[in-house]
Amino acid sequence: MKTLKSLGYLLTLPLILLAWWWIATSGAANFFVPTPAKLAETFIDTWMGEKLLTDVLPSVIRLVVGVLAAIVLGIGLGLAVGLNRTMRAVTEPVFEFFRALPPPVLVPVLMLLVGINDGMKIAVIISGCIWPVLLNTIEAVRSIDPVQNETSRSYGISGLSRIRYQVLPSATPTIMAGVRQCLSIGLILMVISEMFASSSGLGFTIVQFQRSFAVPEMWSGIVVLGLIGVALSFIFQWCERRVLRWYHGLKEVENAV
Amino acid sequence: MTEVVQERPRAKSLSRSPRVKSKGLPKPVLGLIGVLVFLALWELMPVLGIVKAKYLPPASEVLTALVADLGMTAFWVAVGETMTAWALGLAIAVVLGLVLGLVIGMSPFLRRFTNSTIEFLRPIPSVALIPLAVLLFGMKIESSLLLIVYACFWQVLIQVLYGVADVDNVAMQTARSYGFSYWQRVRDVVFPTMLPYLMTGIRLAASVALILAITAELLIGSPGLGNEITLAQSGGAIAGMYALILATGFLGVGINGVTRVVEKRVLSWHPSIRGEVTP
Repeated sequence: MKTLKSLGYLLTLPLILLAWWWIATSGAANFFVPTPAKLAETFIDTWMGEKLLTDVLPSVIRLVVGVLAAIVLGIGLGLAVGLNRTMRAVTEPVFEFFRALPPPVLVPVLMLLVGINDGMKIAVIISGCIWPVLLNTIEAVRSIDPVQNETSRSYGISGLSRIRYQVLPSATPTIMAGVRQCLSIGLILMVISEMFASSSGLGFTIVQFQRSFAVPEMWSGIVVLGLIGVALSFIFQWCERRVLRWYHGLKEVENAV
Repeated sequence: MTEVVQERPRAKSLSRSPRVKSKGLPKPVLGLIGVLVFLALWELMPVLGIVKAKYLPPASEVLTALVADLGMTAFWVAVGETMTAWALGLAIAVVLGLVLGLVIGMSPFLRRFTNSTIEFLRPIPSVALIPLAVLLFGMKIESSLLLIVYACFWQVLIQVLYGVADVDNVAMQTARSYGFSYWQRVRDVVFPTMLPYLMTGIRLAASVALILAITAELLIGSPGLGNEITLAQSGGAIAGMYALILATGFLGVGINGVTRVVEKRVLSWHPSIRGEVTP
């Protein structure tokens, strides 16, 4: 009964919306909005075949490579800068500027500097995604509890083992918040870099459909992007729960007191 | 829950005050050195031939172009167009997010009822709507608005929902037993608890809105700075393009600064801000 109830909560509103969409489109033919059945049909015809391998997969691989590289670089650089007060002060204004710079403007720049190829698209993703991770890492390292730092020092824990056992664990919650921002920026940049200059990929295909007024196909592309977004967010939540299990446990204990 | 992690002011007051003054150059000087080093590197890269000057003009040339831009009406018109889309989109998103967030957040039933739909719609990237915007509105400001409102709405809504969920149960029950009406409960109990969350949401949404305003102009061609960048690029005015890109960066810095000041003002009564003044 309980699972039935939560299933009801889970599905009722989506079903209502679906029904509303179906009723609203089933009357007169609407050029802009296809019926659900038509969309599902187009979705399968368009994406469940060759396109999955030629367009979706390369885009997703570029996204994953770019995001992972940005996370690794961001955390590495963030640790190096964050642990040193002078470096922190020197880099702060420049980094703040780059964080405030809207990442899509980097697409034309990197098109010039790198040329139009896969490397450019990955470079776009890295150069946009690195800032939230980098700045959150710096901030996290900076605001570590001083007592922890002094304890490490008194026990003679230094160098890599200090980073591994003291700095990284206490910084992870803030770093993860940065990673979450970086994921959504990465997805945006993946699409934009392909809409700008490309002959393949998801972004390119969707724009192509729109230009040729293939409206149901265009919607199905939007659905694909949405599904990728939802999948990314679930993967992230799963990773976060694993990485930060100790942290959420700690919070629960603290809140209970 | 991650948003709690992002709330930083408290930690700041702990580590900042005693150590900064201890030794070395003052912070602004170090920051200035950083900026100068960055500009020097930029200046040297094309001069030494690491990158072609055709693709990355030296910093001096770009800054000159930026200064020249500042004297031109066309530049300010473009800035105005970008900022109009930004402000309108942000305002619509904040109002929608706030109202819906309050209504949904105040009712446990609605919160559970809408949860799956919100969690599903939220991660959809707003750029996915670009083709739809083009089809519906073409190269007009409405295209930008559609993207901005969609992206910012979720930022605000989620924060408001977190904020309403954070309301102290005892305070709520007290208000109930004192016979507060729905409106009074919203105004006097929920709103003060939610306000810090709302401000975080607005701060995040403000920078997201700029990103999407520029994106829409770059890709769709609605008028504004982004469109000017595309025009400069296709016209071969590379220094001008870099100057415009710098300008968007400064807009971003300005927006971040203003939202931070507004946040501090609005929340001056809140412990997380007050704590910074009296350590």
